[in-house]
Amino acid sequence: MGKVRADAGPFARRPDNSAFKQQRLPAWSPSLTPYTVLPVFYFLALVCVLLGVWLLITVQNTHQLKIDYTDAGACATCAEMRNDPTKAKMNCDCVINFNVPKTFQGDVFIYYGLINFHQNLRRYIKSRDDDQLVGRKNSLKSPSSYCEPFAYDENAVPIAPCGAVANSMFNDSFTLTYHPPAGAAVNVPLYRKGITWYTDKNVKFRNPSTNTTLQQAFQGTAQPPFWQKPVYELDLDHPNNNGFINDDLIVWMREAAFPNFKKLYGILNRAHTTFSYGLPEGNYSIAINYNFPVQYFQGRKEVVLSTVSWFGGQNHFLPIAYLVSGGLIFIVAIVLTAVYVKVGRSGKNMEE
Amino acid sequence: MLVPWRGFWNPRSKAPGQEEERHVKANDRDYNERFTYADNHIKTAKYTFYTFLPINLFEQFQRFANAYFLVLLILQLIPEISSLSWFTTIVPLVLVLTITAVKDATDDYVKDICCLYFFYRIQKEKWMNVRVGDIIKLENNQFVAADVLLLSSSEPYGLCYIETAELDGETNLKVRQALTVTSDLGADVAKLADFNGEVVCEPPNNKLDKFIGTLYWKDNKYSLDNEKMLLRGCMLRNTEWCFGMVIFAGLQTKLMQNCGRTKFKRTSIDRLMNTLVLWIFGFLICMGIILAIGNTIWEQRVGRNFWAYLLWDELLSSAVFSGFLTFWSYIIILNTVVPISLYVSVEVLRLGHSYFINWDRKMYYSRKDTPAEARTTTLNEELGQVEFIFSDKTGTLTQNIMVFSKCSINGNTYGENIGSIQMGHNKTPCVDFSFNPLMDRKFRFHDSSLVEAIKLEEPLVQEFFRLLALCHTVMPEERSEGELVYQAQSPDEGALVTAARNFGFVFRARTPETITLYEMGQPVTYQLLAILDFNNVRKRMSVIVRNPKGQLKLYSKGADTIIFDRLEPANEELMYTTSEHLNEFAGEGLRTLALAYKDLDEDMFDEWMKKLLFASAALENREERLGALYEEVEQGLMLLGATAIEDKLQEGVPETISCLTLANIKIWVLTGDKLETAMNIGYSCNMLRDDMNELFTDNMAFRIHLISHLQAHALEADLEQILLDVACLCKTVICCRVTPLQKAQVVELVKRHKRAVTLAIGDGANDVSMIKTAHIGVGISGQEGMQAVLASDYSFAQFRYLQRLLLVHGRWSYHRMCNFLCYFFYKNFAFTLVHFWFGFLCGFSAQTVYDQWFITLFNIVYTSLPVLAMGVFDQDVNEQYSLRYPNLYRPGQLNLLFNKRKFFTCTLQGVCTSFILFFIPYGAFLCAVRDDGSHISDQQSFAVTIATSLVIVVSVQIGLDTNYWTAVNHFFIWGSLAVYFAILFAMNSDGIFRIFPSQFPFVGTARNALNQKSVWLVILLTTVVCIMPVVAMRFLKTDLHPTQTDKASIRIKITKLLVFSEQWTDHHSAQTLTSLNMFGIMRSRKSNRLLRLNSGGVEKYLCRFL
Repeated sequence: MGKVRADAGPFARRPDNSAFKQQRLPAWSPSLTPYTVLPVFYFLALVCVLLGVWLLITVQNTHQLKIDYTDAGACATCAEMRNDPTKAKMNCDCVINFNVPKTFQGDVFIYYGLINFHQNLRRYIKSRDDDQLVGRKNSLKSPSSYCEPFAYDENAVPIAPCGAVANSMFNDSFTLTYHPPAGAAVNVPLYRKGITWYTDKNVKFRNPSTNTTLQQAFQGTAQPPFWQKPVYELDLDHPNNNGFINDDLIVWMREAAFPNFKKLYGILNRAHTTFSYGLPEGNYSIAINYNFPVQYFQGRKEVVLSTVSWFGGQNHFLPIAYLVSGGLIFIVAIVLTAVYVKVGRSGKNMEE
Repeated sequence: MLVPWRGFWNPRSKAPGQEEERHVKANDRDYNERFTYADNHIKTAKYTFYTFLPINLFEQFQRFANAYFLVLLILQLIPEISSLSWFTTIVPLVLVLTITAVKDATDDYVKDICCLYFFYRIQKEKWMNVRVGDIIKLENNQFVAADVLLLSSSEPYGLCYIETAELDGETNLKVRQALTVTSDLGADVAKLADFNGEVVCEPPNNKLDKFIGTLYWKDNKYSLDNEKMLLRGCMLRNTEWCFGMVIFAGLQTKLMQNCGRTKFKRTSIDRLMNTLVLWIFGFLICMGIILAIGNTIWEQRVGRNFWAYLLWDELLSSAVFSGFLTFWSYIIILNTVVPISLYVSVEVLRLGHSYFINWDRKMYYSRKDTPAEARTTTLNEELGQVEFIFSDKTGTLTQNIMVFSKCSINGNTYGENIGSIQMGHNKTPCVDFSFNPLMDRKFRFHDSSLVEAIKLEEPLVQEFFRLLALCHTVMPEERSEGELVYQAQSPDEGALVTAARNFGFVFRARTPETITLYEMGQPVTYQLLAILDFNNVRKRMSVIVRNPKGQLKLYSKGADTIIFDRLEPANEELMYTTSEHLNEFAGEGLRTLALAYKDLDEDMFDEWMKKLLFASAALENREERLGALYEEVEQGLMLLGATAIEDKLQEGVPETISCLTLANIKIWVLTGDKLETAMNIGYSCNMLRDDMNELFTDNMAFRIHLISHLQAHALEADLEQILLDVACLCKTVICCRVTPLQKAQVVELVKRHKRAVTLAIGDGANDVSMIKTAHIGVGISGQEGMQAVLASDYSFAQFRYLQRLLLVHGRWSYHRMCNFLCYFFYKNFAFTLVHFWFGFLCGFSAQTVYDQWFITLFNIVYTSLPVLAMGVFDQDVNEQYSLRYPNLYRPGQLNLLFNKRKFFTCTLQGVCTSFILFFIPYGAFLCAVRDDGSHISDQQSFAVTIATSLVIVVSVQIGLDTNYWTAVNHFFIWGSLAVYFAILFAMNSDGIFRIFPSQFPFVGTARNALNQKSVWLVILLTTVVCIMPVVAMRFLKTDLHPTQTDKASIRIKITKLLVFSEQWTDHHSAQTLTSLNMFGIMRSRKSNRLLRLNSGGVEKYLCRFL
C-alpha cells in the first residue's frame, strides 16, 4: 500500500478510476417494499395451501396397513422363546390373520418395520467395512478395525460381512396368503429382488470376483455370529442373489436415520390374475418365521402393506405441514397488510 | 493482528540489560567489546527460509483459536471419542494457517526488502561488520547506516548536510556541524586512525531529536548534542564526504529503536467478538454437558439393552464413562459453532476496506499527488462509530501556508485591514518591491507605508526586520546568484524571513559562527555568538550576535505573554499599545509573535558565556541548566513590535465541519494558539455562530459553546469530571493554549469517561501524542513533515476528506462488518445445532447428521464467498446519500448494528433455523418411502436432504442480507450453490467411490434422494418456513420502527421518482404520485394539493413533510 510506483509523473499515485476501485460497480439494490413483500406472502400462502390440498388428496388415495406381530396371537409363544436363552436357537413359526378392508389398488409394497431399534448409533453406523462390501480381496480377509468386535470370530477367522450392522441383520421371513371368500387360499406372490437402489446393488455392493463358486470366494471367512446361514447362502432360490449383493442385506445395510423405521421386504407380483389390480379386499394370513429378538430393547416388529403415490408412501406429515404453513403465511400476510395500511401508508412512521 | 489473544513474541524485547551510560572509545574495539554493544548486523526479518515453517507454526499455535483447533484435532485421533474424521478439522485449519502464514511471510519479506539498502560496502568492509567505536567514511547521497558522531567533513567549518526523510519524513535539508577540534582532523586517514577520544553518552533510546553526550579527548571535555549526530537512515547531501565515529549500531540505533508501533489498537467490535467467542465456548460446553448427561441416562435406560447387538468393550459398558466420552465427541462435532474462519474472514474484510480507502479518488489530492492511505488495516469499522473528533488547528483546519500579513512596529500598525481572513486582499494594490533585486516575487503586501518607513531608514523599523532576518534557524540555499531558497523547518519562520528579505533585509548566508545579511543592498556580516533555541515550554527563541560595529545584541521573538513578562519596565506604554494590536490581529485569526531586543554588556556576556559552555557539557540535567541560563539573559528586553501571520483555511473546512456536526460528531479543536485566534477560526469554520453564547467557566446554559482557556490544573483529577461534564453540554469545544501533552490528556479524558470512539486528526509532531492516544489517529500529510502521518492509522492530504472517510468509508465498513458478523454467527449456529437435535434421536451417540465432507467444506467452500462479497461490496445507501443524510451515521455511534442483543437475535435465528431444518425433514422422513417403494428414510438420504436445505436457506438468507447485488455477489451466491451441487454429486459418484470406497460411502445418495419429488417438497417447505418469518419481521420493523437507513432509502426512492416524474407529462405525474403512495408518504386528501404543485414544489413539500 502506498508504495511509490515506477512511473513517476504528476499524477503517478492517483488511484485508477475503475468502477471496482471506486465502489461504483453497477448493482441491483432490492429492498423490502410493500409492493414486493405483500404479493409474495399472498402468493406463497396460496402455493402452500394448494400444494397441501393436492398432497392431502393424493395421500387419501393411498392405502396402508400395519400389523404388529411382536407378541400378537400365535407369535406370543415365539416371542417368549426368543426371550429364553436356552431356546434362542430353536426355529419358531407363527401365523397371524388379518383383514384388508378395501382393495389396495396398484403396486403394493410389503415392509417390515422395527420400533425402537437404534440403527443410528454412531458406533453402530460405523461398524461396517465398505471396502469389504465392495468385494476387495484384502478387506475380505482383514476387515477394518471399525468392525470390532465383529471383525474376527473366536478362532480369528475374518467375518464377512463384518461389523455390528451386518451382524444384527433382520432375519424374520414372511409368507402372505390370501383367503378369497370363495375358493382355495392363494399364496400372494412377491418379488423379493429389485427392492434396492440401483447404485447400491451395482456399485456399492459387489461380491469378491471369482472364477469358481461364490462359496469358494468366501472361503476362509466366517459368517457373522448371529447369522444362521453363511452370506453365500442367503437366498437359496436365486443363486445370483447371494453374497454381498443379496437384496435383503443391502436394504438392511442402508442404516435408518431414526429408531422407528420400515424397510422394504417385497413387492406384490401382479402377474398373477388375482392380484393384477393390486391386493383385493378380504382376509389374509401371514406366516412368520420368527427369529429376530426385540424384547431386549422393548422393541416392536410389524409388517406394513402400502401403496405409493407420486411423492412416496402414505405420508400425512407433508400435506398437513404445507396446509399449516400456508395458513400461517396467510395470517401473517393479513397482519402485514393491516399494519401497512394503518401505519406505513399514512406515513406516521416516517415522522422524526 | 489476527487474534487478539496472540502472545507477543518479539525478539527485540530481549534487549540487553539496562544500560545506564554508554562509553565508547574511538578505534579501540577491545575496549568497546567489553560492553557487548549491539553490532550493526540487523535482522529485521523474523524468519529465514528454513526457520519459517517451525517458527511461524509455533507462533500461530500460540493464538488461542488455533491452539483450540489443534486440541480438537488430537481429540479426533482417539478412536473412542472421534465422532468425525480428522480431515474435517485439518482441512479448514490448514487453510487458515496457510492464509495467515502467507500473510506473515509477505509482511516479513516486505520488511526485509526495506532494510536491504542499509547494507553498503565501505572500504572492503560491509556495513554489517561495523562496530561501535569505528571511524567510518560516508559519501554524498549515501544512507548513514549507524548512529554516527560527525568528526569532520569536506565542507568548511565541519558542516554537513543531511536529509531526514526516512527518519521523520521531513524533506528540508538539515545541517550538522562537527566540533571544531575534530573537524581539524579533515580527511587525514593517519590522524583519524590515531583519534582516541572517548564518548560518554546516554544509553540507546528512541528520541530522534535529542542526544546528550560528552567527548573526552586530549584531557578536554566537549559537549555533544543532536547537532553533531548523523542518525541511521539519514542521507548525506551536498557534502562530498565526512568522517564519523559509530556510537550506536544495529538494533540500538535510534531508527531501529523507533521501529514498530508500541501500542496495538483494537476496535470495540474486536473486543466484543472476543467476549462473544468466549460465550459461545461456554454455550458449547453447556451443550456438551447436556448431551453427555443425556447419553448417561440413555445408556442406562435403553442403551444397555442393545449390548447384544453392540458387544462393546467392557471399558465402555459404564454409562457414566460413556457419557464422559460423549462429552468430548460432542465437543468435536459441535466445534463449528465457534467459527474457525471468523478471524481470518474479518481480516480479509478489513484489508478489502482498507484498499477501498487507498483507491478512493475522491480522497486523492492531486496538487500534491497524495492518495489517502489506510496505514492500519484493523480499525476500519470503528471509523463508522466516531463520536468525538479532536482536531489540531494549524495545518489541519488551515493550510499551514503562512503569509506575513501585518505587523505592529513601535506602536504603529502596518498592513491592510482585511477584516475577514477569507476575503482576498484585492482592495489595494500590492506594494512594489522592485527596489530590492533579491526579493521573492511571490511575496505580497498591501501597505506601502511600511516600505516608506524602510526607505526613510527609521531605526526601529530597521531593527524590526533585522531581527526577523537574524533570529531563526532557516537554511538559505542559493542555487544561482540572487536566487535564494529558504529551507525552513516551520512555515512561520519561513514567512518571517521572507518578509524581511522583501523589505530589504536579505538573509543570504549562514555559517556556524556568522550570519550574512544584505541590508538595503549592503552586505553585513554578524557574528553569531549563541542560539537560545525554541521549544514548547520556552515558547521563544533568541540569538546573540555581534554586529560589525562590535555591539552585542540579543534578539528575541516569541509568544506575546512570554515576551511581555520579560520586558524592561520602561516599555509598559508600548506594551499596552502593542498588546491592543495583538488582540486585534488575533481577532482576525492571525498568528502573532512579539519581538524584542536587548543590548548586552560585554563583561556580563563573557561571564554568562562561560557558564553556558560549562552547562552545555554537563551530562545531567543539561536541559534544565541551559534553560535557567537562557532565562537569566532573556530579561529586561526592549519591545520592538509584533508580527501577524495569516494561515488560510483549507478548502471545504466549514462545510465538512457542519456536515460532521449534523452527523452528531462532536468536534473539539485543540490548538496552541491564542484564545482570539482560535475563536476566529471557530467562527470561520462554522463551528461558532453569532447566535451562540460563549461560555468561559461555569455557566450551564443549554446549547452553548465552550471556549476554555485550558490550563494544566484543569486536568487534575478533581476538576476533570466537571470539565468534561461542562464540555459535553457544549456543541463545540475549542481548547486553546494546549501543549502536545495536554492534547493527549484531553483525548484520554474523553476516552476514559465517555466510552465513546475518539478520533484525533493533526499534521505536526505536536499532534503525535494525541494521534497515538485516540482510538483512531488521522495524519494530514501537509507542510510539517511526516511525523504525524507516521504515527497515524489513516492519512490523507486535506481535512475535508475526513467527511468522506467517516460518513462513507467508515459507515460502510461498520455496516458491512456488523452484517457480516450477524450472518456469520447465524450461519454457524444453523449449521451446527442440527447435531444437537439429532442427539435426542440417536441415543446421544454423537452421530453427525451430515456427511463428513459436507462438514469439512461447508464453512470454507459452500458459504464463505457470498458473505465475504457482502462484507466487501455491500452498500445500504450509496455514497451521495451517505453524505447527504449525515444522521445515517447515528446507528454506528449508538452501536446499534452489532451488539450483544443483536448477537442474541442472530444466534436465536440460527437456533430456530437449525430446529426447523431438522424437524421438518424428520417429520417428513419418519414415514416416507420413495415413489418406487424403496426406502429413503436412511441416514444418508436424510443427511443430503438437510444439507441441501441448509445450503439453500443460508444462501437465501445472504441474498436477503445483501443490499447491493453487484456481479460479484451474483457470481458468488449462484456459484456457491452450483459448487455445492457439483461437489455433492462428485462425492456421491461411482468413480470416486471405486477409488476410495470407505472415504466416500455416500455413493449414489444424492442421485437417489434428489430425484424424489418428496425431497424437494421438504426442501421447499423448510426454506419457506425458515425465511418467511425473517422477511415478515424485517417488513414489520421497517413499517413500525423504521431506522434512519430505511427512512433515507425511502427518501432516495422518492427523489428518484420525482426526477422521473419531471420527465413526464401531467397525465403521467398523476401515476407517479399514485406510486408514491406505496411508500406511505401521503394521504389521499393531500394528493390533490400535491398535484397542483409543480415538480420542484413537490420535492420541497415532501422534504418538509418528511
